[in-house]
Amino acid sequence: MYRYDTIDKAFVADRAAEFREQVGRRLAGEITEDQFKPIRLLNGLYLQLHAYMLRIAIPYGTLTSKKLRKLAWIAKTYDQGYGHFTTRTNLQLHWIKLADAPDILQHLAEVEMHSMQTSGNTIRNVTADPYAGATADELDDPRVWAEAIRQWSTLHPEFSFLPRKFKIAVTAAAKDRAATRVYDIGLAMRRARTGELGFEVMVGGGLGRTPYLGPTIRQFLPSRHLLSYLEAIVRVYNRHGRRDNIWKARIKVLVASLGAEEFARQVEAEWAKGEPERADLPDTELARIRAAFTPAFEVLPARSEALERAKAADPAFARFLRHNVHPHKAPGYAIVDVSLKTPGETPGDMSSAQMEVVADLAERYSLDEVRVNYQQNLLLPHVRLDDLPAVHAALAAAGLATPNIDLVSDIIACPGLDYCALANARAIPVAQHIAKRFADPERAELIGELKIKISGCINACGHHHVGHIGILGVDKKGEEFYQVTLGGSGEEDAALGQMLGPALPADKVTDAIEQMVEVYLRERKSGERFLDTFRRTGVAPFKEAVYADAH
Amino acid sequence: MPTRIKIEDGGYMAPSEDPFTYVADDQDLVQGDLILSLTRFQAEGDRLLSEGRAVGVRLRSDEEVEVLAYDLPRIAVVALEFPKFRDGRPYSNARILRERYGYKGEVRAVGDVLREQAGFMLRCGFDAFEPADGSGAQQWQAATQRFRHVYQRAADGREPAFVERER
Repeated sequence: MYRYDTIDKAFVADRAAEFREQVGRRLAGEITEDQFKPIRLLNGLYLQLHAYMLRIAIPYGTLTSKKLRKLAWIAKTYDQGYGHFTTRTNLQLHWIKLADAPDILQHLAEVEMHSMQTSGNTIRNVTADPYAGATADELDDPRVWAEAIRQWSTLHPEFSFLPRKFKIAVTAAAKDRAATRVYDIGLAMRRARTGELGFEVMVGGGLGRTPYLGPTIRQFLPSRHLLSYLEAIVRVYNRHGRRDNIWKARIKVLVASLGAEEFARQVEAEWAKGEPERADLPDTELARIRAAFTPAFEVLPARSEALERAKAADPAFARFLRHNVHPHKAPGYAIVDVSLKTPGETPGDMSSAQMEVVADLAERYSLDEVRVNYQQNLLLPHVRLDDLPAVHAALAAAGLATPNIDLVSDIIACPGLDYCALANARAIPVAQHIAKRFADPERAELIGELKIKISGCINACGHHHVGHIGILGVDKKGEEFYQVTLGGSGEEDAALGQMLGPALPADKVTDAIEQMVEVYLRERKSGERFLDTFRRTGVAPFKEAVYADAH
Repeated sequence: MPTRIKIEDGGYMAPSEDPFTYVADDQDLVQGDLILSLTRFQAEGDRLLSEGRAVGVRLRSDEEVEVLAYDLPRIAVVALEFPKFRDGRPYSNARILRERYGYKGEVRAVGDVLREQAGFMLRCGFDAFEPADGSGAQQWQAATQRFRHVYQRAADGREPAFVERER
């Protein structure tokens, strides 16, 4: 786990001091809300429907017990005792007072955290594969590169006023757990025939009003040139991205209008004019960062008798193992998913008490690491097999052991109209209603992998375009309606969902999900997930089932 | 006339009298040193320079400094216009002027120039500023000195963190 050195510490301390001075000017009435807005937006502070919302950056979704405890304390002290993890692996506090914000930033700085660039038209908090450093299928720890990007993008003097927000995701595994095809820049590590490591560079993916899967503009970029190449991409975008229309300002529109080939040509031309060594990190710095991401695993047997006994004795634990526990690269270890999707609860919400439980578990059982993933769940990445029964028991006691990872009730939902000023419709109650309908774990297991994603407006924070079932809230003459799409995926088989049919009223959504699940169970062939069946049959049988009443 | 803040030797910022007059396209030329739009510079620059005047060019944010590549040695000032503080294109123009063309003349920030942007501007190679928010040289200087460290190389010659760490 990367630790701040004196330079990083001074940086966030300076930032907190700067913000304290700026908030002071605002509270003293020296500047208006209009003048203050761009300042607070450089520090992740939004004015929402009911209060200020502070979005705290969790770079590449990695936390330590100390950081998570501090987040728990901040939520308890300055908010209502809970926080909301987002699809960008950040934490949002929705009930913040402006006067408290400088103190909060100072407390965050004490644990090497901040809220810089979680808003505004900047390079946002970088995300990475949540299994980084724990999965056997990666070529490298992507957090080494994500940390390099974090530093390079922090208060970048040229790129702090881009046409629009800008998001980068990094993976080094074949299985894409970072949704790299739907990012402004997606980086997927590859190995060349020579053995050299590099990145496949995808640019111009994104969701929102006009969803695109990002085309590859370079098959192989030697990894040592990552930062200079990023600088070339972002410069082309800064200079040529549209600034006249907020709906056409993302880089995806520039890439789509130029065509991926021409965009790539412009990037290569820009890159060729620069001096890469001015931006690229020297090997010593990369080595320094890399050393921070090498946890010391014990040498353990691959099989744990304690685990096998507990599994045989407790069916609930066995179910938890089937759905929430994943193989680790080191023998005798496992990756444990902590579900924030207990049916009836708000997806991604976590109380301060729950954060403290997970922090304690991380410290004791997971080499002091916690991860946040874009599915709005947490992970304990390095748990010994022998310890799994104890970890399960502690999670269950805190309401965090719902065995539903990737199942029908593991729903992604944005905050929606309950909090967000941009939303057209509520998302949370829709998610809660569906999850409750499918609360029976036997039934959920029978249905298998099914990813439902809900957004309360076209900005698509809930990733609905890439849900196996996507649900988008729309406003029809003051009433909440929901458009359903099918067949999306944000993974290595990335696809955008297809429209099911006319939007449904709120009280029909859960019934429609149930009808579509019935179609799937009827139509599926052996081994097919919902997504596979849909891709084989197409939309027709699903459409027929949902709109049967209407005929 | 807007106040101009200029970086003096040693990095000190001070208000300084502006010897240049900006003449908009619909205004008549005046005596002395001038700053003109790109179009007007291209039409009248040769003649004005031959009269022994110093001439600067003011670029809109949608104009790219590459158009000045061959003229830079005889241009005294490049004024880069921020139509809104949110328009980030002048930052790229400034860096290219300094880092790619090695331009040594004055690079001036004009338009919606706010002190919250001062640090970014300085790093990208601006050395003269016409603040639109009434901030004075002292406030401007303070705004550029908030951070003891930086993470990237830019046009200002500051050592980035990864170089500091090697010492």
